[in-house]
Amino acid sequence: MSADTDVEVLRRQGRIVVVGASLAGLRAAETLREQGFTGSLTMIGDEPYEPYDRPPLSKQALLGRARPEDTALPRRRDIDAEWRLGVAAESLDRAAKQVRLANGDTVPYDRLLITTGTRARPWFHPEEAALDGVFGLRTRDDSARLRRKLTGGVARVLVIGAGFTGSEVASACRELGLEVTVAERGPAPLVGALGGVIGAVADRLQRKHGVDLRCGVSVTALEGDDVGRLRRAHLSDGSAIDVEVAVVSLGAMRNTEWLAGSGVAAGPRGIACDAGCRVFDVNGIVTDDIYAAGDVARSPHPLFDYQFLALEHWGNAVEQAEVAAHNMICAGPDRRPHLWLPMFWSSQFGVNIKSVGVPSLGDHLVVAQGTLTEERFVAVYGYRGRVIAAVAFDGARWLGFYEQQIAAGAPFPPEYRTVDRRTETLDPIDPAFPDPHLPTHGATVTLTGHSPSERRVTFVPAHA
Amino acid sequence: MRLVVDLNRCQGFAQCVFLAPDIFALHGEEALLFSPRFDEAQRDRVQKAAAACPVQAILVDYSDEPTQGVQSHVG
Repeated sequence: MSADTDVEVLRRQGRIVVVGASLAGLRAAETLREQGFTGSLTMIGDEPYEPYDRPPLSKQALLGRARPEDTALPRRRDIDAEWRLGVAAESLDRAAKQVRLANGDTVPYDRLLITTGTRARPWFHPEEAALDGVFGLRTRDDSARLRRKLTGGVARVLVIGAGFTGSEVASACRELGLEVTVAERGPAPLVGALGGVIGAVADRLQRKHGVDLRCGVSVTALEGDDVGRLRRAHLSDGSAIDVEVAVVSLGAMRNTEWLAGSGVAAGPRGIACDAGCRVFDVNGIVTDDIYAAGDVARSPHPLFDYQFLALEHWGNAVEQAEVAAHNMICAGPDRRPHLWLPMFWSSQFGVNIKSVGVPSLGDHLVVAQGTLTEERFVAVYGYRGRVIAAVAFDGARWLGFYEQQIAAGAPFPPEYRTVDRRTETLDPIDPAFPDPHLPTHGATVTLTGHSPSERRVTFVPAHA
Repeated sequence: MRLVVDLNRCQGFAQCVFLAPDIFALHGEEALLFSPRFDEAQRDRVQKAAAACPVQAILVDYSDEPTQGVQSHVG
């Protein structure tokens, strides 16, 4: 079926296939049914579980306040889908309009939605990664396994990488009374996402809570004993730590390998799509029958210089899925753009960290409320003279205001008086982001080139 | 029966913590933790908590039907 003709037929009896049965896939399926799609709907997921919520897996699940197996997402409505769980999609044949599964089955589609998300970046050395005691944290099973290990009488835990997940794991370990060492290659925790100024606050926070935080070092090797259990970790500064558990938190990798050879513009930075979630092919031409949403999608955002943004954000997955689903079963003029303002949160060491906008674009920063020394503040990021992002530590209620400021392109530095300002001046300072040409592991927002030909990022392993 | 809180929307008003303290808890000053599952005995409290949320961030699903598992035939 072509783009604009036969939309009514598609809505009534089309075949829609969703590859990726997590948050974005589920919300898209619900939206399709809500908007009157009565055709066949197939949900394909590589995990054997129905869609579940991931944020608790690095927080309350590790603390034992929620069981990982209880995080199945609530449904907004019945979606009457055929579920094909526990089997991954293996390839896409655009000419035949079908998805081939790992078990050899093929699933034909009229419209395809790709929501395959990301997976945890594995430890770079496969043999070391296989040691008993080396963990990644992304899935329900990962979380359950790690929880069992952490409560099984462990002396010290090594967390590799102080991005959001790594910091949350370290926080949970301290709360469980475990000794924890965090090894971060950058100069401070969260530095890739929030910059060095806020990173310094996170640094203090970790040390205050008893974390043995080591910045500017990388883990060069994990050493096992003769029965394959992790015993020791070696660091780039020449030191070694005796550990039984290492949690690898080196960011995420986008699940796009299965699209190799399909002709769609998919790669390590995600799947390029337009603001309406329609996937581009490698020539930069919109496919019109293939859509992407969630962590795996990267699309241009007009508020941020039309840069292609790939956002690993819960709220983005929901919103983008709804837009994609709507557009899939609409004629051209009725389609909507995905203009969601990036937003994420983290909770660690008892502090609620929330962000709106794209901090990593910021060239200047002011603390508009509170002070950095109290760990209760709002930092506002500017970019070429306008407000581009705000980050709050225990100041969530202020963020709605800054969301409006960003959306309205308000001038930076802010000229207005703010409540709870602790300093007289609002002199902007450098937010201290690391050189963007060097890869970091902490960023949850990845900015990439305007076109596929500008994609020049190469990953340098942590031991470099 | 299950629930999820949209923590982008959540602003830490803690109405849910007062109304259903066995389901919702604050961690520190304003970070919300919640139990994603609840049972019939907690239904009333969860309902009140969801209704009282000033930013309507709590999504509740009172059904308890599991999703069908792997299906091996071609659709």
